[in-house]
Amino acid sequence: MSSNRTSPVYLDHAATTPMRPEAIAAMTEELARLGNPSSLHAAGRRARRVVEESREQLAEVFGARPSEVVFTSGGTEADNLAVKGLYWARRDGSRRRVLTTSVEHHAVLDSVRWLEEAQGAEAVWLVVGSDGAVRPEVLRAAIAQAPQQVAMVSVMWANNEVGTVQPVSELAAVAHEYGVPFHTDAVQAAAQLPVDFAASGADALTVTGHKLGGPVGAGALILARGAAPVPVLHGGGQERDIRSGTLDTPAIRAFAVAAAVCAKQRADEAERLAALRDDLVHQVLAAVPDAVLNGPPPGPGRLPGNAHFSFPGCEGDALLMLLDANGIACSTGSACTAGVAEPSHVLLAMGADDSRARGSLRFSLGHTSTKHDVDALGLVIGEVVDRARRAAAR
Amino acid sequence: MSGGVDSATAAARAVDAGHEVTGVHLALSSNPSSYRTGARGCCTLEDARDARRAADVISIPFYVWDMAERFHRDVVEDFVAEYAAGRTPNPCLRCNEKIKFAAVLDRALALGFDAVCTGHYARASDGILHRAADPGKDQSYVLAVLTSDQLRHAMFPLGDTPKTQVRAEAARRGLAVAAKPDSHDVCFVADGDTKGFLARHLGQAPGRIVDESGAVVGEHEGAYAFTVGQRRGLRVDRPAADGRPRYVLDIEPVTRTVTVGPAEGLDITEVMAERPVWTGCAPPSQPLDCLVQLRAHGEVHGCTARLDGEALRIRLHRPARGVAKGQAAVLYHGDTVLGSATISGTSAATPLARVPAGQDLTEVR
Repeated sequence: MSSNRTSPVYLDHAATTPMRPEAIAAMTEELARLGNPSSLHAAGRRARRVVEESREQLAEVFGARPSEVVFTSGGTEADNLAVKGLYWARRDGSRRRVLTTSVEHHAVLDSVRWLEEAQGAEAVWLVVGSDGAVRPEVLRAAIAQAPQQVAMVSVMWANNEVGTVQPVSELAAVAHEYGVPFHTDAVQAAAQLPVDFAASGADALTVTGHKLGGPVGAGALILARGAAPVPVLHGGGQERDIRSGTLDTPAIRAFAVAAAVCAKQRADEAERLAALRDDLVHQVLAAVPDAVLNGPPPGPGRLPGNAHFSFPGCEGDALLMLLDANGIACSTGSACTAGVAEPSHVLLAMGADDSRARGSLRFSLGHTSTKHDVDALGLVIGEVVDRARRAAAR
Repeated sequence: MSGGVDSATAAARAVDAGHEVTGVHLALSSNPSSYRTGARGCCTLEDARDARRAADVISIPFYVWDMAERFHRDVVEDFVAEYAAGRTPNPCLRCNEKIKFAAVLDRALALGFDAVCTGHYARASDGILHRAADPGKDQSYVLAVLTSDQLRHAMFPLGDTPKTQVRAEAARRGLAVAAKPDSHDVCFVADGDTKGFLARHLGQAPGRIVDESGAVVGEHEGAYAFTVGQRRGLRVDRPAADGRPRYVLDIEPVTRTVTVGPAEGLDITEVMAERPVWTGCAPPSQPLDCLVQLRAHGEVHGCTARLDGEALRIRLHRPARGVAKGQAAVLYHGDTVLGSATISGTSAATPLARVPAGQDLTEVR
């Protein structure tokens, strides 16, 4: 095993991305300050002011009204609140159907499965194409089967594994034709695409801090004023009585600061990342000509920082380990059970067979990515794939 | 790294010795909770976490390798099939032979590693296996099935050390598993109930229990629930004529007949074994005087072993008791493993009335 851990190359920004210096500064400053935003005294009012200013900042970034921002502990909680909460709020005997895709993040996928197993819901899985995208007419047909029975629709804005950007506003419009609430998980989209809640037409939208340079542990469900999900967490009645729990003032402020910095740089950054990504794709295909780029072609249908390949004849976890030993961090992009990589449910839903789904890797770029990172991968990927192939052939 | 104290300490010693070490935990079930829960097995989520924490403390990279399919096929299914065939398998031995020093080693070599290092208590050098310094912990018996080539790519850093010292060393190194209890039972039998596990996999297969004269003395629901030498739980209808305890002497899988009889019936004078592996000497052309061990943690017996075609015929200098088909016969010269083979038949000092001893041996394949 050769190893080079001196200059780590981080190609896993979709898992989490470094906190921006501005966010670290804001958070550390706030950590030293006192106050529960729900308290009525001066210290409480000071903290409340920070939370509300952050809420306004986030609302501006994501095209929402401040009152539409409901703080949560992150993306998973926001997805749970949207899917379960909207289902419960709409359930009245006949509205049992929950429409979603089979390429969702597990936070949505497993919430829907739980509703089905434990809450009498009926999951309707919208078919995606080989690029991972769901067509609006597929949604229309699924709702039209029994419009009165549909409780809610949830389709992610951009896919966390293969970077597919869904036609969210068209999908939301279809749902609204039938008066059905529409949720979208925009966790991966928020750092790289212009995510505008009002323009999207969604009723609920999930974002989280740590994918755009904020801290882990702060996220939000942006929720149209009319939408009233049944709470998942009960308690002190914070956040419109929808999400109880003491607000994390330092993390919320850092989340907002990061989002604002991210938004300011987004257009230029998206262009820069797309160019880097194209270079990465080029270098990988040059070194491994039979590698397959999964997901849509580079362009508006794909997240600019995402590249996802299947390497025929390889196992993803062997590739990951060999790259790790070379100081390169990436992901098999799939869920783990006790650390065992399962074949990606996203690739399987896109029609890939089991071996193609197992032999895949995700490289994701972010705000600290450079050409050096891409070149470092290009330098070793050929040899790593050769070696992983020999191991798999045994 | 199983999540236990031995593999964690072995990994730490390998690092100290200057090797570039990567921790690997084997996921042996695609549904980890289906195997044993608690801290005593080697297949649970908790054990994976313990292994990961040990790797953190030692500062080595750590990965989980999915060996569930191979393990199920080569160890679990083999275990069930062996019992169904009236033999008593040793799944740890099989796991070493087929998984740790085969599937894992092959993958490791292909990925650029040089050896598999484990926490087994044994010593290996130049493709030859020796007993561990701690006789109470010695695991050379379950490793003797390995070939010289496999042994050349094996490292056992604990072979020179008593277990108590290993625990103390683990505590000194800050490894939280220092006081974790040893695992004993079959790791894939979740509740330790091997009989119940076999019944679930093999269903009911009723048959007769006969005494050494061939008279029916009881019935059973599956011959796989019995092991040669077993005394308890025979459920024999009537006591032996002489009132003495009775033991399982033989299990005949085709007719599902379990033969019971007095303890002398367990006295074995000759052992037949198949598929021999030679690591400590060349295949002997002359009868070989050496020692033989016939089960894990069992005593050693003086013997004369000779090759009979593909098979190994082991004449015991004094009778041994409770020798079960399917176990390994491991030959030693002092502490050095000479070779190993799988027991395929036995000859009793007091032959069973229904079959002459010689015929008994030729019956097995």
